[in-house]
This record gives sequence, structure tokens and C-alpha cells, in this order.
Amino acid sequence: MKTALVTGSARGIGRAICEELARGGIAQNIVVCDVQKEWCAETVAALRAIDGISAESLAIDVSKEESVVSGIAEAAKTFGSLDIVVNNAGVTRDGLLVRMSESDWDTVLDINLKGAFLVTREAAKLMMRARSGSIVNIASVVGLMGNAGQANYSASKGGLVALTKTTARELGGRGIRVNAVAPGFINSKMTEVLSDEVKKQMLSIVPLRKFGEVQDVAKAVAFLASDAASYVTGQVLSVNGGMLMP
Amino acid sequence: MTLEEKVKKIVVDSLHAEESQVTPEAAFVNDLGADSLDQAELMMNIEDAFKQYVGDNIPEEDAAKFETVGSVIEFLKGKGVPENVD
Repeated sequence: MKTALVTGSARGIGRAICEELARGGIAQNIVVCDVQKEWCAETVAALRAIDGISAESLAIDVSKEESVVSGIAEAAKTFGSLDIVVNNAGVTRDGLLVRMSESDWDTVLDINLKGAFLVTREAAKLMMRARSGSIVNIASVVGLMGNAGQANYSASKGGLVALTKTTARELGGRGIRVNAVAPGFINSKMTEVLSDEVKKQMLSIVPLRKFGEVQDVAKAVAFLASDAASYVTGQVLSVNGGMLMP
Repeated sequence: MTLEEKVKKIVVDSLHAEESQVTPEAAFVNDLGADSLDQAELMMNIEDAFKQYVGDNIPEEDAAKFETVGSVIEFLKGKGVPENVD
């Protein structure tokens, strides 16, 4: 019986990750986290409809320490353990560097990077005692190659890659694995706002000539979270249609 | 249980140390074989057990001074932990 907690899982990639963990038999208890509890209702209902799955919603603002500390404690209390954590919560505030406000920088770094640090820190305390656990951070292809207009977002995702590697080194001795998935262009709320012109341009650099789906990311996360990846830690698995081959 | 007995128990549990080796003079690293993560875990367990006296987080500058089992006991006494504890 394993318990998984996925941040930012009311919709999009986070929701797909929850469903994949549940359907794939990788976790039986799922904690659906987002800023507002009500946002999680649909995901929780979808998960509860799957045989043998328990799901609860949890309001966490990952950028606030007190919210993360109390939230992770509550999650662990609800199901008695915390085996899998997916740091998925993320936002964008795009703009050219020279026009980027301090608040747009701070918002993105606070949620995407500091949020993952806080959640990882609190979860690691529990996993250390259990001598096992798996953490998956959702990075991005732009964290590996940069992207004009996303100084804040790409820095946060590059930071997540480094956080993944350091955490993997620190916690490896306790049987805790830490990996990252770096999605490329994925059909989601984040990309649906792009114009057709921009999309066409983006696809020209993707060898598979299409956008990925949220399930493509979710399956990679499920693999890394599962025992199938028991000798895999500190790695970044790219799910990007071949647009970057590091 | 006395404060000393309780601290010894936490050390045994946190470091998976032999009970007979856990004396007030025993040094965490040299005598009990603790690594940095073991010591972090020990601090977490001390914080949990003595929350009402030390708060949620023992400052790193205090934690860095803990070299022996006795140094932790002395620190806790200084925080007002009584001789007999639950």
C-alpha cells in the first residue's frame, strides 16, 4: 500500500500524474494538492472512481513554509505514510528579461523552485525515517536549454534539475530516490494560449513533429516513482519528442 | 524515565547504535559512527521529543556543538528540561 502526493494536481499534468499512479498500481492512496481545496474535487472524484484507490484533497500553497509544513504533516497523518512525492506545481510569468518585474521573477521562483525545496524537505524527514521513498520533480526542457521570454521559468526549472541531483546525493543513503522529468511542448493549459504561428515554429524543432500529451509526462513520472526504477536516482528523463538530446 | 535515559534511547533509535556504547562521553561521529545524515535525523528526533522546550528547530549553531551524548543532555538541561521526563 503506497501513498503518493502530487502538488498542483487539480488539473493538467498534475492530474494526469495522479491518474497514472493510480491506474498503474503504483500508489493506492493519492493526496491531490493544490492552492485551493475546491479545485481538487474533480481529480479526487476521478481517482475515487478507480477500483481500490483512496484519494483526498489538500490545500497547500507550496511557496509558504507554514502551509507546506502543516500540509505534509496532514497528508502523512491521513494515510499513515508518504512514499511518493511529485513536485509538479508550477506557474509561468513570461516576458523578456529586460522587461521582467521583480515580482514576476519572485512569483515563479517561489512556487516552482522554493516550493519544491519546502515540500522535499518536509517529505524527506518522513522518508528518512521510513528508509525509503521516491521523489520526482517536474522540470522542463527550457531548464536545460533556455528559452527567450522565460528567464524566470527556465531558471526555476534549471534550479529544479540541480535540486534533484543534490537531493539524490544527500538522501541516497536512506533509500530515497530523487529524479526529474523534463517535458518539452505538451498540450496543456500552459501551451494552449500560444498562437498557431508560435506553435508551428515550435514544432519545426521537434523530430516527432507533434506536441506531447499530459499522459506522456505522467507515464515517465510513474516509471521513476515506481519500484521499476529502483536503481535510478539523480536522473533527468526528457519527454520532449526529441527536441533536445542532451 | 530520566532525561539521560530518554536521550540515550533517542540516540540508539536514531543512529542504530549499540545501547551499551551510548554513554554520556560517547562521541557521535568517532564512537558511534554517525554520518551527517544520522546527526540530522538525531536532531529531528530530539526536536520532536522536546518540542515544548526547544521549539520546532534547534538552531544550526547549537546543533553544530553537539559532539557527545552528554553535550545534548547538557543543552536540554539548559533549555529547562527537568531530570525526570515522560
